Amino acid sequence: MGKKITGAEMVIQTLHDQGVESVFGYPGGAVLPIYDAIFQQENVKHILVRHEQGASHAAEGYARSTGNVGVLIVTSGPGATNAVTGLTDALLDSIPIVCISGQVPTHLIGTDAFQEADTVGITRACTKHNWLVKDIKDLPRIMHEAFYIARSGRPGPVLVDIPKDIQFAEGEYENLSKTTHKTYTPPSTIDSKAVSAVVDLMQRAKRPIIYSGGGIINSGPKASKLLQKFVQKTNMPITSTLMGLGAYPGSGDNWLGMLGMHGTYEANMAMHDCDLMLCIGARFDDRITGKIDEFSPKSKKIHVDIDATSINKNVEVDLSIIADCGKFLNEVLKIMENRNNKFQSYDLWWKQIDSWKKVNCLQYKANSDVIMPQYAIQRLYELTKNKDTYITTEVGQHQMWAAQFYKFDKPNRWLTSGGLGTMGYGFPAANGVQVAKPDALVIDIAGDASILMNIQELSTAVQYQLNTKIFILNNSYMGMVRQWQQLLHGNRISESYSDSLPDFVKLAEAYGATGIRAKKPAELDDAILEMIDTPGPVIFDCVVANLENCFPMIPSGKAHNDMLLGENVSDEEVANAIDDDGKIMV
Amino acid sequence: MNKKNPASTYDIISINEDDERHTLSIIVDDEPGVLARVIGLFAARGFNIDSLTVSETESKQQLSRITLVTSGSPSVIEKIKVQVDRLVSVHRVADLTADYGQYGALERELALIKVKGTGNKRLEALRLAEAFDAQTVDASLDSFVFQITGRTREIDRFINLMASVGLTEVSRTGVAALKRGAGST
Repeated sequence: MGKKITGAEMVIQTLHDQGVESVFGYPGGAVLPIYDAIFQQENVKHILVRHEQGASHAAEGYARSTGNVGVLIVTSGPGATNAVTGLTDALLDSIPIVCISGQVPTHLIGTDAFQEADTVGITRACTKHNWLVKDIKDLPRIMHEAFYIARSGRPGPVLVDIPKDIQFAEGEYENLSKTTHKTYTPPSTIDSKAVSAVVDLMQRAKRPIIYSGGGIINSGPKASKLLQKFVQKTNMPITSTLMGLGAYPGSGDNWLGMLGMHGTYEANMAMHDCDLMLCIGARFDDRITGKIDEFSPKSKKIHVDIDATSINKNVEVDLSIIADCGKFLNEVLKIMENRNNKFQSYDLWWKQIDSWKKVNCLQYKANSDVIMPQYAIQRLYELTKNKDTYITTEVGQHQMWAAQFYKFDKPNRWLTSGGLGTMGYGFPAANGVQVAKPDALVIDIAGDASILMNIQELSTAVQYQLNTKIFILNNSYMGMVRQWQQLLHGNRISESYSDSLPDFVKLAEAYGATGIRAKKPAELDDAILEMIDTPGPVIFDCVVANLENCFPMIPSGKAHNDMLLGENVSDEEVANAIDDDGKIMV
Repeated sequence: MNKKNPASTYDIISINEDDERHTLSIIVDDEPGVLARVIGLFAARGFNIDSLTVSETESKQQLSRITLVTSGSPSVIEKIKVQVDRLVSVHRVADLTADYGQYGALERELALIKVKGTGNKRLEALRLAEAFDAQTVDASLDSFVFQITGRTREIDRFINLMASVGLTEVSRTGVAALKRGAGST
C-alpha cells in the first residue's frame, strides 16, 4: 500500500495515471483543494476557460481530435449546471469526457447550502454514468472507473461529484488504470456467422450502399483505414452522416457526399433506391431518414453498432451485428479474403449514381460582388487542405455548408455538434483541439449568431496564445432559423435577424486578438492567407450574401427522393415545400 | 396513429402490434440513486410502469432486485430491455413474465384491502374473502382489512368484487417474480 495522500491529490494523480496532459476548468469554492493540488504539480496542465460550458466543449474537442478522454473540472452549483450543455452534447455525439465537479461538504448535502445543487440528480439524464463520492476509500476506484466507462463501448460523458471534505480527506491511492467494471461489460467479441451473412447479402446485391457514421471515428483511425480498404475491395458507393465525415476520404472515388436533410442528391437518391444498405456506426437519426415510412423502401438493411439500443430503434433492420465497427470491418475483410466468389461490379448501379451526380446538387449562383458563403468555404478548403487542418463548427447554415464543401480526407479532423445541435460548441471545441495539437491549424467555421454564444473563450485563446482561428460566415441572420421561417411560417422573419452585431474586428482587438474582415470575393484569398499566417487567435469576419439558403434540402416530412434543389428553386416552391403534417416536425 | 399529431419528428410507421404485459426482473448494484436511474429512463423514453417493487435481495453482494411490470408492443418491450440493460449499474435484465420463456415464472403480489359496512354487506365481504383465501388482518365493528396474495389478475378480481361490498382503500405491493425450477434469474 502506498503512502496516504489527499482526495484532491488523488484526482490529479488519477489524471496523470490515465495519461491526461491537459484539463479544462474554472475554479470555485467547492474545488479549491483540487486547484491547490494543481498548483503544486507539473504533470497535468490546467487551461482556464471563461465559462464552464466552454470547458465542456473544449474537453470534447480535445477528446474528438485525439481519441483520448477529455477532462473538465468545475465547481459545485452553477459550475456544474453550466457544464450540463456540454455533457448532453457529448452524450448525443458519443464523446468520451470526464467531468469532475466539486460539491459542498458531505454534512451540508441536502441543506440548500451555498452553491449546492443536486449535481448527480441533474446530470443523471445527460451522462453515461455518474457518481457522488461519499467515502475517500472509494475515490481511486471511482476515478478510474469513470475513465473506463467514458472510453469503453459506446463512449460518452461521465461525471464524478466530489464533496469538499472528501477532497481534503486522506487515504491510500492505488493506480487502477487497468481497471474494468464489475457490471459494465461492453461487447468485445463478434458473431462471425452474422458477418458471413453480411458477405452473402453483399454478393447477391445489385445496388448496395455503405451508410457510415461517427462510430467508425470512435473506433479509432484503424477502423477508417479498414473502411477504405473495404470500399476499395467491394467498389461499393459510400455516404456518411455528419458525424462520420473523414472516415472515408472526401476526395475518394466512391464518395457520394454526406446524406440526410442537407446531404447530396446522389447520396439520398442512392439511399432511397438501394437494394442493400450497410449501416456501420450510425443510428438512423431523423435528420438522416427523413420520412421514416418511405425510408429506403426496397432495401435489405444491415446495422453494425456497438450499442444494442441503437438496433431497431428508429428503423427495423434485417440483420444486426452488435460490435465495434473496426472489429466488424476486420472480420468482414477476413471472410471476403477466404472466399473466392466474385463480387458484382455494380456497373449499372454506378451508371445510375453518375446520372444523379450530374444534377450537380451543390451548385449555387456565383457572384463577383458579394461573397457567397459556399464560395467562402470552398476557398477556405483550397487554401488549407494541404496543411495539418482541424475544422470545428457552430450550428446552423454555416455548419451544413462546411459539411458540404469542405472535404475531409482523414478522421478526427472534423468536430461538430451533430446530435444536440449546440450553438456555441465550435469555438471552445477548437480551443480544445489547439491545446491537444499546438502546431495544427485549427479553424472554427462559425455563424455571426453562434459565435456570440461562447465568445468569452477568446480570452482563453489569448491567455494561452492558442492559434485558433474563427471564420465567421456573417450574414447578419440566424440563417437556419430564417430559412425554416421562410419554409414554414410565410416568410415571417421572427427574431432571427442578428441586430446590433458587434464589430468583430474591434471585438477581436478588444480581447487582444487579431481581427480581419473580407467583404468582396476578390479580397477573400489574400485575407484567408493572412489569417493563416497571423500567429495567435484571429477572428475572420467574412461578410457573405445575406439571404442565401442552404440546399439541397429534404423538407421535413418528406422522403429522400423528394429533395429541394438550390439552383432552380423558386420562392414559391420554398414557401410551399412543407405541408401541414411536416410543419409540426422539428 | 394520428397523422396530425406524430409521436416523433417524423411520422413513425404505425405498427399494429397489440400491447403485451411483461414482468422484468432487473438485478442492480445496491447503490444510491440506482432506482432513480431505472425509473428516470422509463420517464425519459416514455415507457410505461404498471407496477414496481424494489428491495435489497442479496446483501452480501450488495445486489437489489427491481421487479417491474410494463406494457407495450413486442418491439417496445425489446427496446425497454436493451435500454435498461445498458445502464451501468444494471447487472442483468430477465423477462419473468409468467407465460414467457421455456419454463415460465412465478408472479405474486400482496394487497391490503379495507372494506367498510354493516349487515349483509359485511357478511358478504367475509364470505368472498374466504372464497379467495384472503386473510382477515384487522377487524372493527364496521370494517375489515383483508390481506390477499396471488397473481395480479386474481387480486384485480377480488378488488372488483369488494367494490360492491364497501371497498374504501387498497394498498398493493406490486409484483414479485422468480423463475420456476432450479435455475436462477
